[in-house]
Amino acid sequence: MVHNPVMFVVEAGCAVASYYAVVEAAGGGPRAGFLAALSAWLWFTVLFANFAEAMAEGRGKAQADTLRKMKSETLASVMVGGSLRQVAASQLRRGDIVIVSAGEVIPGDGEVIEGIAAVDESAITGESAPVIRESGGDRSAVTGGTRVLSDRITVQIRADPGQSFLDRMISLVEGASRQKTPNEIALDILLAGLTIIFILVVISLECFAVYAGAPVPIPVLIALLVCLIPTTIGGLLSAIGIAGMDRLVQHNVLAMSGRAVEAAGDVNTLLLDKTGTITLGNRQAAEFLPVNGFSERDVADAAQLASLSDETPEGRSIVVLAKGFGFRDRHLGPDAVFTEFTAQTRMSGVDTGGHAIRKGSADAVISWVRQQGGSLPDQLRPTVESVSTRGGTPLVVARDRTVVGVIHLKDVVKGGIRERFDQLRAMGITTIMITGDNPLTAATIAREAGVDDFLAEATPEDKMQLIRQEQSQGKLVAMTGDGTNDAPALAQADVGLAMNTGTMAAKEAGNMVDLDSNPTKLIEIVEIGKQLLMTRGALTTFSIANDVAKYFAIIPAMFASAFPVLDKLNIMHLHSPESAVLSAVIFNALIIVALIPLALRGVRYRPLGAASLLRRNLLAYGVGGIVAPFVGLKLIDLALAATGLVK
Amino acid sequence: MTWMGIAQMGAFAGVLLLVTKPMGAYMARVFQGERTLLDPVMRPVESAIYRTCGVDPKREMQWTTYTAAMLIFSAVCVLLLYLILRLQSIHPWNAAHAPPMEPHLAFNTAVSFVTNTNWQAYAGERSASYFTQMAGLTWQSFVSAGTGMALAIAFTRALCRQSVAEIGNFWVDLTRACLWVLLPLSAVLALVLVSQGVIQNLSQYVTASTLEGGSQVIAQGPVASQEAIKMLGTNGGGFFNANSAHPYENPTPLTNFLEALAILVIPAGLTYTFGRLVGNQKQGWALLTAMMVLFVTGLGCIYSSEQNGNPVLGRIGVNQAASLAQSGGHMEGKEVRFGISGSALFATATTGASCGAVNSSFDSYTPLGGGIAILNIVLGEIIFGGVGSGLLGMLVFAILAVFIAGLMVGRTPEYLGKKIEPREVKLAMLAILLLAGCILGVSAVSSVTRLGLAGRFNMGPHGFTEILYAAASAAGNNGSAFAGLNANAPYYHTTLGLAMLFGRFLFIVPVMAVAGSLVMKKRVPASSGTFPTTGGLFAGLLVGVILILGALTFFPALTLGPLLEHLLIHTGKLF
Repeated sequence: MVHNPVMFVVEAGCAVASYYAVVEAAGGGPRAGFLAALSAWLWFTVLFANFAEAMAEGRGKAQADTLRKMKSETLASVMVGGSLRQVAASQLRRGDIVIVSAGEVIPGDGEVIEGIAAVDESAITGESAPVIRESGGDRSAVTGGTRVLSDRITVQIRADPGQSFLDRMISLVEGASRQKTPNEIALDILLAGLTIIFILVVISLECFAVYAGAPVPIPVLIALLVCLIPTTIGGLLSAIGIAGMDRLVQHNVLAMSGRAVEAAGDVNTLLLDKTGTITLGNRQAAEFLPVNGFSERDVADAAQLASLSDETPEGRSIVVLAKGFGFRDRHLGPDAVFTEFTAQTRMSGVDTGGHAIRKGSADAVISWVRQQGGSLPDQLRPTVESVSTRGGTPLVVARDRTVVGVIHLKDVVKGGIRERFDQLRAMGITTIMITGDNPLTAATIAREAGVDDFLAEATPEDKMQLIRQEQSQGKLVAMTGDGTNDAPALAQADVGLAMNTGTMAAKEAGNMVDLDSNPTKLIEIVEIGKQLLMTRGALTTFSIANDVAKYFAIIPAMFASAFPVLDKLNIMHLHSPESAVLSAVIFNALIIVALIPLALRGVRYRPLGAASLLRRNLLAYGVGGIVAPFVGLKLIDLALAATGLVK
Repeated sequence: MTWMGIAQMGAFAGVLLLVTKPMGAYMARVFQGERTLLDPVMRPVESAIYRTCGVDPKREMQWTTYTAAMLIFSAVCVLLLYLILRLQSIHPWNAAHAPPMEPHLAFNTAVSFVTNTNWQAYAGERSASYFTQMAGLTWQSFVSAGTGMALAIAFTRALCRQSVAEIGNFWVDLTRACLWVLLPLSAVLALVLVSQGVIQNLSQYVTASTLEGGSQVIAQGPVASQEAIKMLGTNGGGFFNANSAHPYENPTPLTNFLEALAILVIPAGLTYTFGRLVGNQKQGWALLTAMMVLFVTGLGCIYSSEQNGNPVLGRIGVNQAASLAQSGGHMEGKEVRFGISGSALFATATTGASCGAVNSSFDSYTPLGGGIAILNIVLGEIIFGGVGSGLLGMLVFAILAVFIAGLMVGRTPEYLGKKIEPREVKLAMLAILLLAGCILGVSAVSSVTRLGLAGRFNMGPHGFTEILYAAASAAGNNGSAFAGLNANAPYYHTTLGLAMLFGRFLFIVPVMAVAGSLVMKKRVPASSGTFPTTGGLFAGLLVGVILILGALTFFPALTLGPLLEHLLIHTGKLF
C-alpha cells in the first residue's frame, strides 16, 4: 500500500494504536476497552478504503470473464508457405495470415486482405445485426473473437499475443493495466503534502502539550492524525478512476488510457463529421428542378436512368423519388453502358439508345457538358445556388449536350442535436462541423444544427491543419474518424475516437474506440470525462472541509482534564472525551463507506457554465463538507452514549 | 467600539483602495519598461548602474539564473551587512558609541535585514552606529524590498508569457523597483514625516534633565529616511528599540495613519499591477478582495477585543468604557496618542503585511487580540503581505485553491490558462510545507527545551504565545516581536536566524521553480467552461482555502496559546 501514502500512514497508525491497546489490555488498564475500540475503528478505515477499490474493480471483473471465455481455445488456420496449418489463436503473431470460413471465430485482430464476409460482432458491440467486412477500403478491420457468418476471408493479423483488442479490453475493465493519470498523480502529491503537514502538526502538538503539562496519550494523537489526513479522498481516489473507465465501458467505449478520459473532460474543441454525427447518415433526394424548358418529369426520368448504376444511398434515393413519377421496373437495352459513381469523377450515368445521360456534382456535370460541346442555360446557375443556399446539395442532370435539370439533395439534421450543441457551448466547448460540402451548403447546415463553426470542402490535410491550429492556441481537440486517411488526425487529436467499423489504422491511431460506431457519442465521452474530474474535485474538497469539525471534537477532548475551560470549544456538546475521539474516528471510517456510491456513480453532471457549476458544487461539497461532520459526529456520539459503549 | 475609531478604520480602507489603482498602474509601466514621469532623472542613473555592474539589461534569464542571481545577491548582502555590524568600532557617525555586535547577534541581524524580516534582537539607539543604520540597515530595507518586488513581477511574467523559458532579468527588476518605486515614494514620505516632527540629523545624543531632577539621554539620528522605507518596504526595522511607538519615529496620529497606509500601499498596488500584466484587471481585483476580506476581519477582531478591555479589570469595577473623558478599552502597552483604533489598525497592517513595525506592545494585548496578530502571520503573510512576497504567497494559495476546487467544474485545473500539473503542485506544497514546518518546528523545539524556555517572560499559555509568535514572526519574515520573550541570546539568535533564512528562501526557491515551469506552458484560452478566477466567488474560495489550510495547521497551537489564555482570563486566571 506504499503507492498510497495516505493509507500507508493510516496503516502505520493502526499498528501503533493496536500495540498500545494490547499492552493496556494485558496490563488490565482502565482504558483497555476504549483503546480496543479505537484501534478497531482505525483498522476499519483501512478496510473500507480497500473495500472501495475492490468494489470498483469487482464491477469490471464479471465483464472481463465473459470476454475471456471468448478468447479461449480458438484454432486458426495459418498460411505457412502456401499451405495451411492449424495453430492456437494465442500463438498468432503480427503479420501472420489466416483463413477464416463461415461459422469460424476470427482468431485475432487484423485486416481483411482478401474476400468479403458477413461478421457477427455482437460479442464485442452487443449489436446483433451482422456487419460486412471486406478487403480494401474502410471496412477491412476485423476483431478477434467475432464470428464469420458467411463466405470466407483471408485476414492478416495486426496484433501480437496479449496486445489484441480483447486483451486490452479485459485488462482495462479489470483495472489491471491502469496507470495513474497526471491529474491523479498531482492529487496524490497534494494529499501526501497535507499528510506530512498533519504529521508535523501532531508532533508539534505533543510538544506544546508537554509544555502545557498535559501530554496527550499516543493512541489519541494517532486518532487525531488519522482524522486529519485526507483519508476520504485518499481511500476513494483510485475507485473514482476505475469507476470512470467502467462508465465508458458501459457506454461501449474503450479508452486506451485514463489520460484520454481526463483529456476528454478538458476538451475545448469538438470536430464533428457532418454526416452521421450532425445529419442523419445520408442525403436524400428531395425534389427535381427542371431548366431549359424541360418538365419535372423529364428530370426525374433522366435522373433515374443516370442513377441506376449509382449504389450510393444518395443514388438510391434519386431512383426512389423518381418512382413517384411513374418510372418503375425499367429495362435498358443490351447496349447500355453504365458509368459508375466514383469519388474522382463525381458523376454516374448510362449510355443507352444513342444517348449519354449523366448526373453528378454540379461542376463535374457542367464540365462534362462543356466537353461535349454543349452550352449552359442561364437558368442553371440560379437554380443550383438556390439549392445550395437552402442547405441542399445540387446535382445536375444532363442528356448529351443539354442540361435537363437539377436534383435537390437534402441533409436531414438529427433531432435534438441543436440542444446538445447549446449545452456544449454553455460548457465552453466549441463545435466545428467537418464536411466535404461546399461552403454555402455547409453554412446552411451549420446554422440549422447550431454548430459554432464549420470546415467546408475538407480534406484530411485540412482537418489535420485545423487540429494543429487549435492546439497551437493551447486548446484540446477531440474528433471522430473511421477511415485510414483519418488516422493522422486521430493521432494528432487529444481525444481521437475511432469507430469500431473503421480501419485498423484508424483504431490504432485513436486513443478511444467506440464499439457502437456512433460518432455522436463523442459528446457523452466529454461528459464522462468531466464527471470523473468533478467527482475527484468534489470529494477532495469534502475531505479537507471535514477536518474543521474533527478539530472541534478532538482538541477539547484531548485537554478536557488539564484545562476544563477548553470545553467551551466542545460546541457539539459531545458526551465525553472518549466519546468525542471515538465518534471522530468512527465518522472518518463510515464516511468512506457512505461515499463509495458517489465515487462509483460520479457526481451528478449538469451541462452548465463553470461559474454556476462551481457555485453549486462549492455549496454542496465545500460548505456541506464543513457542516456534515458536525451533524454526523453528534449523531454517532449520541448513539455511543445511548448504547453505553463509552464512559 | 467608538464611532471615531470606526471612522478612522473606514477612512483607512477607503484611502487604501483609492491609491491601489494609480499605484498599481504606475508599477505596471515601470516593470514593462514604459515611459514614466521619472524617466529623465532615473534613466541615466539606471544605465550608469548597469554599466558599472556589467549588466546587460536586454538579456533575460530563466528561472534558475534569475533565482541564482537573487540568492547570490542576498548572500553577498548578508556578508556585507555582517561585516558592517562586526566593524562598528571603526565607523564614522557613531553617536551611540556602539561596539561591534557579537557574532550571533550580527548573524541574526544581517539575515534579518536581508530577508526583509527585520527582526531586531538589538536596540538601535544603543547597539547601532548611524553608519550602520544608514549604509547597512536602510540600504537593506531598499534592496530586500526591491528583491521581493522583482520576484513577484517575475512570477507574474511567467503567468502571462507562454512557451518560453525566460522570466525577466533580476538585476533590471531590482534596479527599477528601487529607483522608480521605492526611492521616490520614500523621499516623499520622509519629507512628510519630517514635517510632522520626525527627526533627521547626525547629531550627538542629547542629555536632558527631567522634572524629577534626573537626567535622560535622548537618542538622535537620521530617522525619517529610514522610517519611510521601513514602512514602504514592509521592513519594520525601527531606528529605535521602541519602533513606531517612539515619538521620533511616529509622532502624531497623522503619521500613524500614513505609516500604516505606507505598509500596504505597494502590496495592494501590486495586485493591480498583476491584473494589468496578465491582461485582465479582474484577476488582480479578486486577489485584492481576498486580502481585503481577511484584513477587515482581522482588524475588526483585534479592535473589538482591545476596545472591550480586560475582563479581570471589568470584574473589579474598573470602568473601561469609551467616553468623552477616556478612550476606554485595554490601553496597556498602547500609546495614548494612537488609542485603540490607531493601534489595532497598525497591528493588523503590520502583522498581515509581514512588516513588523509596531506602535504598541502585542505582549500586552488581550489574548484574542494577540492571537489574531499571530494568525495574520501564520496564514502565510498574504494579507497584503510583504512587498512582492505577499503577492507571491497569495498566488501560491490561488494555485492551490484552483487545484483543490478547480476539478469541480469538470476540467483539470488551470490558473490563467496555465495547467496546474504534478510539478506545480509538488513545488507549491513544498513551499507551504517548509514554511509551516519551520514555524511549527521552531516553536515545538523551543517550547520543550531549556534554552527555548529560558527566554520567556511569562508562564503558562502566555509564555507559549511569546515563543510561538517569535517563531512565526521569524519564519514568516515579519520581524515584529511579541515582546516579553528575551530573544537576545545565542539560542534564539541562531534558531530564529535560520528560521528567517528558511522562511524566506526555502519558500521562494520552490515558488520560482513553479514560475519556471508555468512560463513554458501554453495559455489555454478562457471559455465559459474555464474555472473562473475572478469575482467574488473565487475571492471567497481563496479566503476559504487560506483559512482552512491555516486553521488546520495552526489550530492546536493557537488553542493552547491565545485561546486557552483567553478562556482562563475569564475564570480570573492571569499569567
